[in-house]
Amino acid sequence: MVRKVVRGFYAVAYAVKLCRPSVICAYPITPQTEIVENLAAMYANGELENCQYITAESEFGAASILVGASATGARTFTATCSQGLILMSEVLWNAAGMRLPIVMVIANRSLSAPLSIWNDHQDSMAMRDACIIQVYVENNQEAHDMIPQAYKIAENKEVMLPFMVCMDGYKLTHAYEPVDLLEQGMVDSFLPPYNPPIKLTTKDPLTFGCYAPPHCYMEFRVVMQRAMMRAKKVMEEVFKEWAELTGRNWGGLIATDYMDDAETAVVAMGSVVGLVREVVEEMRKDGKKVGLVKIRSFRPFPTEELRKVMKDVENIVVFERAVSFGHEGPVAIDLKSALFGHCNAKVYSFAVGLGGRDIPRDLIRKCINNAIEGKVDEGFHFEGVKEFEEVII
Amino acid sequence: MAILIEVRFHGRGGQGVVTAADILAVAGFKEGYWTLSFPMFGAEKRGTPVVSYLRLSDRPIVERDEIYNPNYVVVLDPTVIGPVRVEAGIKQNGMIIANYPKPAEELRKEHFSSLNGSIKVLTLNATKMAMEILGRPITNTAMVGAFAGATKLIKLSTLKETVFEWFEKKGEELANKNVELVEKAYKEMEGKV
Repeated sequence: MVRKVVRGFYAVAYAVKLCRPSVICAYPITPQTEIVENLAAMYANGELENCQYITAESEFGAASILVGASATGARTFTATCSQGLILMSEVLWNAAGMRLPIVMVIANRSLSAPLSIWNDHQDSMAMRDACIIQVYVENNQEAHDMIPQAYKIAENKEVMLPFMVCMDGYKLTHAYEPVDLLEQGMVDSFLPPYNPPIKLTTKDPLTFGCYAPPHCYMEFRVVMQRAMMRAKKVMEEVFKEWAELTGRNWGGLIATDYMDDAETAVVAMGSVVGLVREVVEEMRKDGKKVGLVKIRSFRPFPTEELRKVMKDVENIVVFERAVSFGHEGPVAIDLKSALFGHCNAKVYSFAVGLGGRDIPRDLIRKCINNAIEGKVDEGFHFEGVKEFEEVII
Repeated sequence: MAILIEVRFHGRGGQGVVTAADILAVAGFKEGYWTLSFPMFGAEKRGTPVVSYLRLSDRPIVERDEIYNPNYVVVLDPTVIGPVRVEAGIKQNGMIIANYPKPAEELRKEHFSSLNGSIKVLTLNATKMAMEILGRPITNTAMVGAFAGATKLIKLSTLKETVFEWFEKKGEELANKNVELVEKAYKEMEGKV
């Protein structure tokens, strides 16, 4: 392995190349664009063997082309975010229902209106219920490492579901940082070629996603849920295998620090985790019993894992990067439902960094301290918001 | 004690503000640092104020928040000084390295008169230098050279190599011109510290 300073885009594109995809199809959208630009350049330079790179007319078209390609047994890739993901959503529900293991990178970006190109998790959260696996990464090494693992998990016969690798736009995509780049032989030894048991061929015609009247529709939904639940075990196994192969252990569905005797658990996802971990370490030095829970897999949700680590905590602080308007932050919603009847902790959830607003160290520390010291009420809060006057017309 | 050096770059869209931090992230890594660079721009248009960030450390960098208390501030465009408070939050004993057509004392008098005396202000007419060598007012490579010359955090040879590799794909002539610009700015700044 060679360690190089590369941009997030390249770290992802290079890993995709090593996975030997058969069809890549995309439509550009900031901050994703350079991922597929890198792949298009590799394709033009003849570095992508046995691969078709297709430029679609929209994200809707890109996702549709990949549904067709994936159904024929092709290993497929796309990347998108924000409005592009929302435009794909109609197709992506189909991809999940047809059990097509399309791997996509979401360069997380906020949703309009107002228009923002910057980072939060509102886009991928909008796809929460679509039966697509969602893993959030902390840095570009984890993004790079997650690509081969995503294919291996998604294409597992017990899973067969689309997979979203969620990486924070700009904070990761545009960042230059050292990444240990994988080698082809290593990826080949880890990831077998994709050969699904059922595929579209002219010799043996099939229909995917056909009409299911009430007497059989519900069974399809049952097997989708079962596949998601089985994915948990497959993910744990693949994560473990990856750690053994590369020496880089990113954890399971969750990863924890200082949780053994923690009284306060701090929950976060994505690129802010590194800084949150530093704040937790600082607070430990001050004698505060704080621990970190990094949620890696948001779908499937790590219910059992969270119950286990949160068993004895008194406070839970959740950093949210999205809002379920009319209720609260999506991570806290799921966390509370997972812990109901298993843990009596007070849950404080803080929406921070929406639309790319910075999440400085002091803000993280303030939120955790306010929760520990009881200076805020349980429940949902926006933090890092300026004073403003609301206008109601 | 862990080393963490934080640098903030100011300029305008189209001047290579983001690239300046990125080049130094690559060069810094070659010098043995762990590095991280990332941008923050307003509208995605030429001419609007742009900020980019660089961290250099002796350990892997996990902080991805914006830099509020930089050790160094590098200004690529003299016209952002004033409209943008480039000096905001700079640390004691820090340094502002600016592309400015006048001597450092005048810049300090005109814009940074209330700045703590421990903070050094250095200027270089990078626009003129870039016009002479590149024929275009793109000041990022000159300011990257100026940063290295003023701080000595990155060796000139490492920086020249990095800049050459960076621009090589756009043609050897352009790469060589940028290397020339880096060297000229480095040496001029070295003499001013």
